[in-house]
Amino acid sequence: MTFRKHNEGGWGQTLVSGAIGLIYFAPVFWMVLTAFKTRQDALAIPPKLFFTPTLENFRAVFFDTTSSGELVATDAWLYFVNSAFIAGASVLLALILGTLAAYAFSRYPLRGNDTYLFIILTTRMLPPIVVIIPIFLLFRLTGLSGTYIGIILLYTSFNLPFSIWMMKSFFDDLDREVEDSARMDGSSDWAVFRRIVLPQVAAGLAATMVFALILTWNEFIFALLLTGTESRTVPVALASTVGGSVGVEWGKLSAMITLFLIPVVIVTFVLQNQLLRGVTFGTIRR
Amino acid sequence: MTSDMHLPPAFTTQRSARGILQWLNAPERRGPLLVAPAILTLFLVNILPLLWSFGLSFFNYRANRQAAPRFDGLDNYGDLLTDDRVWERFVTTGMIVAGSVGLQLIIGFGLALLFAKKFPLRRILLMLVLTPMMLSFVSVGIFFKLFYDPSLGLLSWIVGQFTGEPFAILATPAGAISAIVIADAWMWSPFVMLLVLAGLVSVPDYLYEAAHVDRASGWRRFRTITLPYVKGLILLALLFRTIETFKTFDLVYLITAGGPGSATETVAVYAYRLGFQNFRTSEASALAYLILFVVIVLTSLYLYLVNRRDAEAAS
Repeated sequence: MTFRKHNEGGWGQTLVSGAIGLIYFAPVFWMVLTAFKTRQDALAIPPKLFFTPTLENFRAVFFDTTSSGELVATDAWLYFVNSAFIAGASVLLALILGTLAAYAFSRYPLRGNDTYLFIILTTRMLPPIVVIIPIFLLFRLTGLSGTYIGIILLYTSFNLPFSIWMMKSFFDDLDREVEDSARMDGSSDWAVFRRIVLPQVAAGLAATMVFALILTWNEFIFALLLTGTESRTVPVALASTVGGSVGVEWGKLSAMITLFLIPVVIVTFVLQNQLLRGVTFGTIRR
Repeated sequence: MTSDMHLPPAFTTQRSARGILQWLNAPERRGPLLVAPAILTLFLVNILPLLWSFGLSFFNYRANRQAAPRFDGLDNYGDLLTDDRVWERFVTTGMIVAGSVGLQLIIGFGLALLFAKKFPLRRILLMLVLTPMMLSFVSVGIFFKLFYDPSLGLLSWIVGQFTGEPFAILATPAGAISAIVIADAWMWSPFVMLLVLAGLVSVPDYLYEAAHVDRASGWRRFRTITLPYVKGLILLALLFRTIETFKTFDLVYLITAGGPGSATETVAVYAYRLGFQNFRTSEASALAYLILFVVIVLTSLYLYLVNRRDAEAAS
């Protein structure tokens, strides 16, 4: 009798997991497939698995053809640029403020440290609907509704709790003896932070940034109510096209979703080892 | 923050900019100073508006009218708690939470057991399974709307092959609720898997080897070795997903829009309706606070368990 270790499976295991992996990936796969179908193929009953692929849908997302045959850029450019710009700006702001705060929470505990941290996490766990009513009124009052500044400020405040909890979990993981001995040797607190602490959490900083970027890139309900025609993001544009099932151009819609998903899927692959920490806001590390 | 009360020497003796900087740079002020910008941002953008709407929930106010808010005391809360429609929405939400979180736990646990072993191509297949939870609710909502579509959808087509009749899952209340549950469970069972997997990986090998020597049965191994290591994480997964599913808005909004009738209208969707379609602003605020109350209780419980787990790991 051969002794097989309890934690080793063979190709049989690969087969089962492969089937399950396919089920999980099927909707994404189907969307991507639809993006390459012609209008007739996309509407075909029974659904077609094999067809002649076309790039027509991707062109249609970004360019309209006028009656005179000219190509005109569509608003999709604006939506993608908006999504990237708004996510980028708010994540950068949140990371700067959040990293400093997280370092303080980790190294210079305040009186009531845990209470602050609890309140901060709660603002993140809040149901969007609770926050959106007062934010909506506030934005209407201050004229921030529909502006870039408004939505960036709002997303910064959402990414802050996430950045603080994530970065605190990375700071907590570090060995403090190095820092202490550097202080003994006369390094200032700032030098310790910049030369010793920051390099050690560089990977964590990158993971936090990418997670926050995905969360912001994907956000829907606040963008729905608080962005205007100028600052509209991709999720809002996507949702507005599926109001009724009549006349939805599934091919074009799928093409837009495919482009919207590509960065997220790539990032998921890269982040594999940090996923657990990321999806639990840094509360669970191992 | 902490000790801003007693005036520092910098203000009393020499009021120069340098003095203030020096005062700020003192070691005991480092923590508050670093935390202040973040707390200030959160206070201005999140907490202040929240206090405002908490105030509003005691008034009678409509955002689309000019009339000044009228103080109503606890009327909004009283009305909500005695309104059958509100309770119906809570029941609907409860059903979706129970169904979806239950499914997520079962499927997630199964997936974790599967992926806890080493086998060829494991990393790549794991990634395929983990993808759904990173996607946006909007794209998942649209996937499933297409999937469920009675004339174009893959699901209707497959069911149609067996029954010979067109199948519209979203047309019946029970069907629509299961449709939401399936979409949510598909998206989040990988989350449960990820947590349980972390627990499974932490089980030391020698325990299994000892069990092997003792010829312990598979069930016994599972109950006495595996379960204790993942119990805590399963509880955390349960709470985390309950909090998140309780807030469900996007998926419902996109797949069923609360229909048919109000069969899939969760409390979050109902609050949205109240606030932004009926403009009963103060009532919506009050309902939002009822939701908030539930979430805060669950979040405290979650953090309590996280801390206890960390303490156990440290000891």
